[in-house]
Amino acid sequence: MKNFKIDHRITNGFEVLDLYGELDAHTASQLEDALKELINNKKSTIIVNFRELDYIASAGLGVFMAYIEDVRSIGGDIKLTNMNDKVYNVFDLLGFPTLYDIFRDEEEAVEKFLNETK
Amino acid sequence: MNKAVTYRKKINASTQNLSDVREFVSRHAEKHGFTSRQVADVQLAVDEACTNIIKHAYNYDASKELSIELEFDDEKMNVTLTDQGIGFDVERYKKPDLKKQIARKKRGGMGVYLIRNLMDEVNYYAESRENVLRMIKNRN
Repeated sequence: MKNFKIDHRITNGFEVLDLYGELDAHTASQLEDALKELINNKKSTIIVNFRELDYIASAGLGVFMAYIEDVRSIGGDIKLTNMNDKVYNVFDLLGFPTLYDIFRDEEEAVEKFLNETK
Repeated sequence: MNKAVTYRKKINASTQNLSDVREFVSRHAEKHGFTSRQVADVQLAVDEACTNIIKHAYNYDASKELSIELEFDDEKMNVTLTDQGIGFDVERYKKPDLKKQIARKKRGGMGVYLIRNLMDEVNYYAESRENVLRMIKNRN
């Protein structure tokens, strides 16, 4: 079984979650726990970097749907970056690009946050 | 025409087996000459269908089993999933209204939409004691 893993770091004062491996109905709860922890600690400017994520199923997308309102209601956002084509295709099929900021590079997400918090 | 080739796998209804299922699907689809995009489509469709069975048909009862059959011929790949649980509605495949779902903090309802989008043909039969989901991916 391929592992799923999440690393947490801070860049320019924003919370970054790096995802690794495969995100499916089995591993989605780990992402959910990581997001919940950030929100409980009132951390609301969150970047999720998909560079090392090889695969995503709808259970993974469901996690972003469940928590985006909580984050936006405390003045933050979840911005998604560095997806490979296969992963982006799933977000695109379900219409995420109109409701979420999805960037090719993490730096673009940082810039957007910096502009929004000016 | 060459004779069709069939592969079968049985798993217990637990989400921890999903990665094995994806590996089973991709290994055989690649061997039979499907493109990487086609392999990715079938992998995701089968994952979503198995997830639905585990969740809705069996309510996460890992003692229950579901079977996966892959059949390859010159034109297509046929995927058949069989379970003995509670049937679910694969006819409801409207694109989920993300905006509404987000506002209501509702998730789900995306699997069937994806399956219908990723596969060329999808049929579902609830037989006397079995539910059978048949999906086709054409080579061209």
